[in-house]
Amino acid sequence: MAIVLHWLLALVILGMFGVGLYMSNLPVSPLRLKLYNYHKWAGISFLALTVLRLVWRITHRPPALPAAIEKAMPAWQTRVHHATHQVLYALFFAVPLIGWAYSSAAGFPIVLFGVIPLPDLLAVDKEFAKSIKELHAISAFALVGLAGLHIAAALKHHFIDHDGLISRILPGRMWPSHS
Amino acid sequence: MKAMKFSSILLTLAAAASLATAMPASAQQNLVPAQSDISFTFKQMGVPVDGRFKKFDAQISFDATKLAASKVAFTVNIASATLGDPATDAELPKAEWFNTAKFPQATFSSSSFKALGGGKYEVAGKLSIKGQSQDVLVPVTMTQVGAVTTAVGSFPIKRLSFKIGENEWADTSMVADPVQVKFKLVLSGIGKL
Repeated sequence: MAIVLHWLLALVILGMFGVGLYMSNLPVSPLRLKLYNYHKWAGISFLALTVLRLVWRITHRPPALPAAIEKAMPAWQTRVHHATHQVLYALFFAVPLIGWAYSSAAGFPIVLFGVIPLPDLLAVDKEFAKSIKELHAISAFALVGLAGLHIAAALKHHFIDHDGLISRILPGRMWPSHS
Repeated sequence: MKAMKFSSILLTLAAAASLATAMPASAQQNLVPAQSDISFTFKQMGVPVDGRFKKFDAQISFDATKLAASKVAFTVNIASATLGDPATDAELPKAEWFNTAKFPQATFSSSSFKALGGGKYEVAGKLSIKGQSQDVLVPVTMTQVGAVTTAVGSFPIKRLSFKIGENEWADTSMVADPVQVKFKLVLSGIGKL
């Protein structure tokens, strides 16, 4: 379950980041309108899955770093390892919530899948909305940047340290009978 | 000397004003645009979007006791439409939407009034937007406070009957066909209801 959510949400982040960058530069058009709404629906779905993922993580503690690997890591790496995961989780919540707040402030409330109206997080304030939009972009860049660091670290463990750490999260493990 | 002249002008104005209020309702009936509001609501992929027209005017000749002779004619400056978002507002005058270059005004012209009691009326008339005309029934509720009469109401139209949003924008899964038009009209000079 943890592995499924990890990869599913990784794909969602990558897709949403790409769509987000692309759509914000589009002129007013049906495509822009559609992408904005899809992006919002995906963002709310991401938020819901992140709640599920956090609950799962709390009730099913992920395995600790193998003692040998932790011993081989300098102290600063261990600290960065933990900090990266904590900040990533904080951003998993912050980025969609800020996006939601932006939608509210801009006067375009989210109607999930075009059917379920969601409550507004903020009152309409178009000037303030511009600042929130910036914050949404900055936090999204931070999320993708940290995810990049996370990927780089995983690849370093795999290709340089050859410590097999990456196998813990690989999709093959989703179906135990395969291993 | 100057002050005296000024006060005599005031006196004349006051006299004219009292004369105006003393005149029968059929005389001067006016819309007060600054206190009136014509707005509309539609849905974009389920999301309600509000817009309004900033410029409009009307010729009114309304007498509650002579409904058959009553008449209302509205003109709305279509280029004054706003959704409160500059990027979207820049799209509205284009040919696919309102085509304001060719059709600068929308009009409503009443054909009959029906009293429903309690200050409520049903106004039938012709609504023309973007060169397309449709018969509409408009429910109106009128209230009076002193010399000020307020008329409020709302009625649904279908944007595609007026060709508002053509070609790629005709897709109602993005922009819904029904549009609710709402109005609050502040009128002066209307006789007692």
